[in-house]
Amino acid sequence: MDLFGDPATWLPLAFAALLGLSILIYVVLDGFDLGVGVLFPFAAPDEKDRMVASIGPFWDANETWLVLAIGILLVAFPSAHGTILTALYLPVAVMLVGLILRGVSFEFRAKAPIRHKGAWDAAFYIGSMMTSLSQGYMLGMYIMGLEVTAFTLAFSAVTAVFLTVAYSFIGATWLILKTDGALQLKAVQWSKGGIWGVVLGMGAVSLASPLVSERIFDKWFSMPEFFLLLPLPLMSGALIVLLWLALRRLPTSDDSFAWFPFAATIVLFVLGFFGMAYSFYPFIVPEQLTIYEAASAPESLFIILIGTLFVLPMILGYTALAYTVFRGKATALSYE
Amino acid sequence: MDTLILSRIQFGANISFHILFPTITIALGWVLLFFKLRFARTGDQKWVEAYRFWVKVFALSFAMGVVSGITMSFQFGTNWPGFMESVGNIAGPLLAYEVMTAFFLEAVFLGIMLFGMSKVPSWLHTLSTFLVAFGTTMSAFWILVLNSWMHTPAGFEMRDGVAFATDWWAIIFNPSMPYRLVHMLLASGLTVAFLLAGLSAFRWLIGDRSNGVRATLKTGMTLGAVLIPLQIIAGDFHGLNTLEHQPQKVAAMEGNWETGPNVPLILFAIPNEETRSNDFEIGIPNGASLILKHSLDGVVPGLNDFVAEDGTVMHPPVAPVFYSFRIMVATGMAMLLLSWSAVFFMARKKRGVEGLPKPLLWAMVPMAFSGWVATLAGWYTTEIGRQPWLVQGVLTTEAAVADVPAPMVASTLIVYLVIYAALLAAYIGVLFYLARKSTKGEPLGTRIPASAQAQVTVAAE
Repeated sequence: MDLFGDPATWLPLAFAALLGLSILIYVVLDGFDLGVGVLFPFAAPDEKDRMVASIGPFWDANETWLVLAIGILLVAFPSAHGTILTALYLPVAVMLVGLILRGVSFEFRAKAPIRHKGAWDAAFYIGSMMTSLSQGYMLGMYIMGLEVTAFTLAFSAVTAVFLTVAYSFIGATWLILKTDGALQLKAVQWSKGGIWGVVLGMGAVSLASPLVSERIFDKWFSMPEFFLLLPLPLMSGALIVLLWLALRRLPTSDDSFAWFPFAATIVLFVLGFFGMAYSFYPFIVPEQLTIYEAASAPESLFIILIGTLFVLPMILGYTALAYTVFRGKATALSYE
Repeated sequence: MDTLILSRIQFGANISFHILFPTITIALGWVLLFFKLRFARTGDQKWVEAYRFWVKVFALSFAMGVVSGITMSFQFGTNWPGFMESVGNIAGPLLAYEVMTAFFLEAVFLGIMLFGMSKVPSWLHTLSTFLVAFGTTMSAFWILVLNSWMHTPAGFEMRDGVAFATDWWAIIFNPSMPYRLVHMLLASGLTVAFLLAGLSAFRWLIGDRSNGVRATLKTGMTLGAVLIPLQIIAGDFHGLNTLEHQPQKVAAMEGNWETGPNVPLILFAIPNEETRSNDFEIGIPNGASLILKHSLDGVVPGLNDFVAEDGTVMHPPVAPVFYSFRIMVATGMAMLLLSWSAVFFMARKKRGVEGLPKPLLWAMVPMAFSGWVATLAGWYTTEIGRQPWLVQGVLTTEAAVADVPAPMVASTLIVYLVIYAALLAAYIGVLFYLARKSTKGEPLGTRIPASAQAQVTVAAE
C-alpha cells in the first residue's frame, strides 16, 4: 500500500482521476444520445426510427457511466457527494425525471399501440431536454461554487442552454457518422446550426471560471503556466475551424470523412474537460472542500481500486466489442 | 409532514417501484436463456416463439428497472447524506462493485442480446444472453449483501461515529446475507413463473392455441410449483435467522407484545400501539412458539422488551409489519394452491394445457402479478421491521436524513408518484397489448426465416 508513498495522498488523486474519466466518458457517450433526443422534433417520423436505431444498442451502457461517476463520488468522496447533491436537489430531481422519461420511451415507442407512438416520441424529446438542460444548469451552479444568487442563476441558465446545444451538436455529428441519404444531409445542417453552442458554451465557461475565482485566474494567467497552457485554447480553436470546414464539405460522395466531425467533437470535449479539471483541482466542492479532505478511508478506497483496475479494462473491452458489433450505418432495429 | 417522513415515503415509493422490475429481469434472463438452449437442443419453433415474446417483456422491464435504479443511486445523496457519511466506507465499495461487475455487464450485453441476433454468431448471442442473466444476478448479490449488512452489520468498527471495515469477508457474508439472497432469488423466480403463466393463460383464453403459449404456460406453472415449497422452507429459515438477530422484527411480525412461552400464532388481529395489545385477535394456541422455537412452550420475544426506560420505542411500528407479513404469507399460499392444482390438472391423463379448467386459467391472469404483491409485502415486512434503525444498532433513519426543506421533498415526491403511476399503468397496458397482438399472429408468430433475405424486420422493434 505504501508503494507510491502516502496512500492518503495518491489514493484521492487516483479516485479524482477515475471520477473525471467517468464524467468525461459519460458526457461524450450520453451526450450524443441525449443530443439525438434533443434533435427529435426536427426529424420526420421515419427518420426518428432511424435515429433511435442509431443509439438503441448503446444508450443503456452510456448511461451507466453516470451511475459509475455518481458511485465514485459517493464512494470515494462521501461528504462532497452529500454537499453537492443536497445543494442541487431540484435540478437533480428534474434530471432524474428526464432520464426516466427518455429511458422508458425507447421501449414504449416501439411496443405500445401505434396510436400512442407520437406521445412516447414527445416523452422522449421532453426527457432528453430535461436531462440536458438540468445537467447544463448543474454545471453552471458548480462553476459558480454552488451559491444561489441572481447572477449565478442567470449564468446557470445560460450554461443549461449551451450544454443542450452542445449535446445536440455531438448528437448531430454522431448521426452524420451513422446515417446516410437525406437524414445525413439533415444532420450536417443540424451540426452547422449547433456549432455556435459549443463555441459560446466553451467560451462562457472559460471566461467565467477565472473571473469568479481569483485562484483559477492565477492558475491560468501566471507565468510560465500561461504559455504551457496556451496549446489548450489554440488546439480548441483550430479544431473548431477544421470542424466548420469539414461541415461545409460534408457529406462527401463516397462518405469519406463522415467520422471526422464526431471524432473532432470528442477531442474538443476532452480539451474542454481538461481545462475545467485543471481549474478546479484540488477542489471537489469548489473553494470549499478538496479531494484530500473529502476522501474516504484509504482501506476502503484501496479495495475499490484493486477491483477497478481489473474490471475497468474489461468494461472498456466489451464496450468496444458492442461498438464494433453495431458499427457502420444504423439499420432498423430488430430482435430477429 | 416533516422532511424525515416525506423522505422515507419518497425513497420507499422509489424502491418499491424499482424492485418490481429487477424482480422480473433477474429470473427472466435465465428463463430466456432456457428458451434459447431448449431451441438449440430440440429445434422446436415453440421455443423461438416463447423467446421472441418474452424478450420484449424483458427489454421493457429492464428499461424500467434501469431508470428507477438511477434515481435511487442519486437519492442516497439528495435525501440520505448521513448514510454514506457514517457507513460509506462499507456501503461504498459494495455499491462500487455492483456497478462495475454487474451494471456494465448487463447494459453492454443487453444491446447485443436484443439487437445483435443477426449480427453476431449464434454462440456469442447465447453468451450475451447468459452474461445479461449473470449480470442481473450479480447485481442482486451485491445489493443484497449491502441490504443484509444494514440488518445484521458485521466486520467493522466505529471510530468517531464513522464505520471502518475490519473484515471484508465478514461484511460480505454477514449473518443474514445467505438467507436474504436465497429468499429474494426465489421470489424473483416465482414472480416470473406466475407472470409467464398469467400472460400465457390470458393469451390462451382469448384464443391463442400456439405451441409457444403452451410451452410458456407449462414452464411457468411447473417453475412455480417447484419453487414455492422451496420458498416456504427458505422463508422459514430466514425467519429463524431474523429471530436470532432482530427479535423485535419477529415480535412485530407475530404481533406479540409480551415475552413468554406458549405464544399463539395470530391469524388476524388489529395491533394497537396505544394500549400495547391486539384487538380482535384470532389465533392458533401455541402456534408461534411451535414455529419459532419448535416446542409448544418455547419462549418468544415480545415488543415490550424493546421499550427503553424513558419510554423511547426501539421497535418498529407494529401494524404495517404485522399486516405485510400476513399479505406475503397469504399470497404464497395462493401461489402454492394455484401452481400445484395446475400441475395436477396438466399431468392428469397427460392432457397438458388442455386439461386446465377455465376457472383455473382465469385465476392465473390476476395471479400474473402475485409475485409483485408477495415481493413488496415481504420487503415492507423486513424494511419497516428494521425501523427505527437504518443500520441496525449503528445508525437511525432519523440521523441520516438530509436537511432539505419539506416542501421541496413533498413537491418532488408528488412528481415521482404521478410518473410512477402513469408508467406502471403503461407497462401493464403494454404487456396485455403485446399478448393480444401476438395472439392475432402479428409479427411475433413468424417462423425463423430460411435466408437472411426472407427475414422480417419491423422498424425499431
